[in-house]
Amino acid sequence: MIGLWTLLYKELLRFWKVGMQTILSPLVTTLLYLLIFSHVMAAHVQVYPGVGYTAFLIPGLVMMAMLQNAFANSSSSLIQSKMSGNIVFLLLPPLAYWQFFTAYVAAAIVRGLVVGLGVGLAGLWFTPVALAHPLWMVAFALAGCAMLGTLGIITALWADSYDQMATVQNFIILPLTFLSGVFYSIHSLPAFWQALSRYNPFFYLIDGFRYGFFGVSDVSPDLGLLIVGTCFLALSLATLALLKSGYKLRN
Amino acid sequence: MTPAIEISEVHKRFGNLHALRGVDLTVAQGEFFALLGPNGAGKTTLINILAGLSRATQGSSRVMGHDVVDDYRNARRALGVVPQELVYDAFFSVREMLRFQSGYFGLCKNDAWIDELLHNLGLTDKADTPTRLLSGGMKRRVLIAQALVHKPPVIVLDEPTAGVDVALRQNLWGFIRRLNRDGHTIVLTTHYLEEAETLCSRIAMLKQGQVIALDTTHNLLSAHAAIQVRLKLDPNRLPDALRPLLVAEEAGCFRLVLEDYSRLEKVLATLREANVSVDELEVSKPDLEEVFLQIMGKEVAR
Repeated sequence: MIGLWTLLYKELLRFWKVGMQTILSPLVTTLLYLLIFSHVMAAHVQVYPGVGYTAFLIPGLVMMAMLQNAFANSSSSLIQSKMSGNIVFLLLPPLAYWQFFTAYVAAAIVRGLVVGLGVGLAGLWFTPVALAHPLWMVAFALAGCAMLGTLGIITALWADSYDQMATVQNFIILPLTFLSGVFYSIHSLPAFWQALSRYNPFFYLIDGFRYGFFGVSDVSPDLGLLIVGTCFLALSLATLALLKSGYKLRN
Repeated sequence: MTPAIEISEVHKRFGNLHALRGVDLTVAQGEFFALLGPNGAGKTTLINILAGLSRATQGSSRVMGHDVVDDYRNARRALGVVPQELVYDAFFSVREMLRFQSGYFGLCKNDAWIDELLHNLGLTDKADTPTRLLSGGMKRRVLIAQALVHKPPVIVLDEPTAGVDVALRQNLWGFIRRLNRDGHTIVLTTHYLEEAETLCSRIAMLKQGQVIALDTTHNLLSAHAAIQVRLKLDPNRLPDALRPLLVAEEAGCFRLVLEDYSRLEKVLATLREANVSVDELEVSKPDLEEVFLQIMGKEVAR
């Protein structure tokens, strides 16, 4: 167990040491979105009855920030270790593959939650936000960070260069988070796009997370958590299988 | 006693490249063993398989009796590897790296040994320096310290002195010799053959993925290379009977190769019969570099 704790501590220390990039900068970016969108849209849109647009936006932005940062944490740490070769420091010791997995995912969750909490607290300064079901909120926050942390590991294992890594981040992860209902309810979309959104697992994360705040959602939170949980489980099993086989690490 | 390292019938293929072709090798506990061979011979591949950084296509390897695949956790606990590449983690200081490495091996209160390592490797005043700011030689020492945090009984050094200056090299070997005296098994690869010759008791030579020579350093030196004799003669003329022994003629001197010392007497007798007197005579023992070239060369001829 000491091995797992050490690796987790190292991963936490890694992002903490460059907190300007890993915590403060995503915080500022997200708050800029909040500032601009709430200014432009607040007077025109009301998604849920009785919930102002700014209040509606905040949980979406918090979740988006958590997802992106959880992904960024595990993926950038691992790709850097691979590229610089210092991954051998983790491959030579008797660390089990599941310890490796757990430490990277746990660190991604912590980074996601820290950034998410920052965005959420700063958001309160704009407008008060209700908290109808805190446990659902926490459940979806954890599930989202864990799922993206896992995706980050898979991507970094697969990528052979920083460029490939950035490709996945900018052409897959970023659009999926943006198009998952951060800025709107999918009920406002044309039928085709509404149906398509239901194939985006990130949609369930944001929808369920928002349910935790307002008690209103597009899909029932039970179903949402089931879908998200299944996705996370499948991704985890895939990642564990890759790590166990030594895919691109021990070739 | 369980061998420190046991490699049997190990093959490694990278696509079409057959990098290791059935390597068998056993290193006993307490040995100071050298793995030599030209670039691309498969030394690092073999070390990687032993360390679990790579998997053998076929065959098995054990470290202190633990299979490196089936019982990888115990095998890795028994092994300390100093990689060839100068890798480091830019985020952390020397002490942080050593603490992490200890933790990965399951050790939490290891500071006394870390301090001793830092002291022995001349790193004490660099302990809190970020590793990225260290010179190449210093980074190499940190790698050695990292490989030793868990006091492994078997230590593998992959070209530890490449690019390291003479003073540090002496320093390093002093330290590694002491580890060997304390009972650690040492396996090293190096391009400096004189290092292998003075340090190692046994040597394996690897070429194109095969072990082509495996013996004690003493046997390799005495079996493979004959002695060399440099002669300055008066008159400056080599009797025809000695021509077959000639390997070089330079600045009025003849360089002959003899199988052993007993042949020297015959050479002198031949010279006496031909009425040639010896002005200067110099006998030299071959070094490992010549043996190495001979063995590698023979393989080429075959």
